[in-house]
Amino acid sequence: MSDLRDLYQEVILDHSRSPRNFGHHEPSNREAKGNNPLCGDKFTIYALVEDGIVKDVSFDGRGCAISTASASLMTELMKGKTEEEARAMFESFHELVTADKDEPLDEALDKLNVLAGVRGYPMRVKCATLAWHTMKAALDDIDDTVVTE
Amino acid sequence: MPDTASRPNDAARFDVAAVRDQFPILKEPSHGKPLAFLDSAASAQKPQAVIDAVNETYAHRYANVHRGVYELSERTSAAYEAVRGKTKSLINAADDDEIVFTSGTTDGINLVAQSWGRANLGPGDEVLITEMEHHSNIVPWQMLRDEKGIVLKVAPFDEDGVLIMEEFERLLSERTRLVAVAQVSNALGTILPLDKIIPMAHAAGALVLVDGAQGIPHLPTDVRAMGADFYAFSGHKLYGPTGTGALYGRGELLAELPPWKGGGDMILSVTFEKTEYAAPPHKFEAGTPNIAGTIGLGAAIDWFAALDHEGLAAHEADLLAYGTERLLEVPGVRLIGTAPDKAAVISFVLDYAHPHDVGTILDQQGVAVRTGHHCAQPVMDHFDVAATVRASFGAYSSRDDIDALIAALDEVRELFG
Repeated sequence: MSDLRDLYQEVILDHSRSPRNFGHHEPSNREAKGNNPLCGDKFTIYALVEDGIVKDVSFDGRGCAISTASASLMTELMKGKTEEEARAMFESFHELVTADKDEPLDEALDKLNVLAGVRGYPMRVKCATLAWHTMKAALDDIDDTVVTE
Repeated sequence: MPDTASRPNDAARFDVAAVRDQFPILKEPSHGKPLAFLDSAASAQKPQAVIDAVNETYAHRYANVHRGVYELSERTSAAYEAVRGKTKSLINAADDDEIVFTSGTTDGINLVAQSWGRANLGPGDEVLITEMEHHSNIVPWQMLRDEKGIVLKVAPFDEDGVLIMEEFERLLSERTRLVAVAQVSNALGTILPLDKIIPMAHAAGALVLVDGAQGIPHLPTDVRAMGADFYAFSGHKLYGPTGTGALYGRGELLAELPPWKGGGDMILSVTFEKTEYAAPPHKFEAGTPNIAGTIGLGAAIDWFAALDHEGLAAHEADLLAYGTERLLEVPGVRLIGTAPDKAAVISFVLDYAHPHDVGTILDQQGVAVRTGHHCAQPVMDHFDVAATVRASFGAYSSRDDIDALIAALDEVRELFG
């Protein structure tokens, strides 16, 4: 059980049970769909971007605990960031869950460190990154459905 | 095995321990626990006899087939061709030449779509499938629809996962040229009533292609008694190597079909002006085939045929009944697929945990299940779930595996419940 507690930390369980910013917040002016064909998880990310600032982010859809918690945490952290900061956050998160090195993210992104456990579960990395890839597509204003597999 | 005493007599006579002993992988621990492999419907594990047949081919008996006049090639060709006879006997085809080697069921279905379908179907012609088909029996027909303008009709199933025969009958018409249907649903375990479906399809003037991928490991299969015009199956679900399989086609049908893939080994003569094709089945087997794999398939068929099949059927029925009973004791479980006629497959969801999370937690306890949409997304849509957890059984599965699954589900409940 101890290994599993690393993966399913209380914060993750909490965000998966009660996802923040769940449901389409209006107004929004960016939107992208994400799909993990391996497991059938699907999210839509809605964002309001004005003057280069991500003023609001919300999501709906369905997924596992990891993908839902990751989406929920992401929406909290993205709000108020500049587009540039949001993109940098995507890169940092991606590195956190995929890189070999075992370095936690700094204080500003500390909340995301609970997801570092997925590194030990290669099949689950796609769950953790689904919302993030979708958010990036929303920022890029890409209409196609994002696919992680 | 605390429950052995309660196993029905006909199931108890099936010596699971002796079967398990032949599977090296079942002796390897998983996350430090005994492996409870419950994903045979995705791919079955391999007995030593199959592993040996493949290894020995490469180590001692390997050369290309149908080409060399030297002894080694002749010996390999004979071993390879002998598998046609074994396959014929397995499914009771009339002739060795009705057996086309393929890379698996998907390859076989695509062969029918691309060869028979493209030559015989045009705008308005209908292909009738069921709502519970695997993607491999949906997508090839959609490709043909987009290319040829055929119409794809889908017969629905009910809330138990049983094909609604009235709907099937209603969708069948003189425009129906082919009924393409699974013998057993991979996601639900439902055994399709081919004894009704095939005569009805024939009466309407349609041919029938049976996807036997999930059927052949569990059900006695006689393509002539069944009346199938085409029957496709995969070697890897029948305890054989991956990348092997066969398509059965009735002799008269195969004789009329154009080739699908062009290349070596499927011709009589080639000039730049004209090529004369070989007769079936070689006409459909372009290129160097999966030689060692197919010889391994022969070993799998021999191994499978030597099992006590009545005992095996009783054993699998016991696993299905025992597994269903134990799962229904788990709080928050919903079974997906509750047809009265089921093969040894149990799909379920938990109302407090997503199948992917369940799969990860079970894996830590040495329990290997399939989680996801099982390449049957329309089935998931029908039940309004994104995915299910699927436990599926093979000849080597035991009640211990089910007990391990149930115990591991307690861990899921501890975290998520």
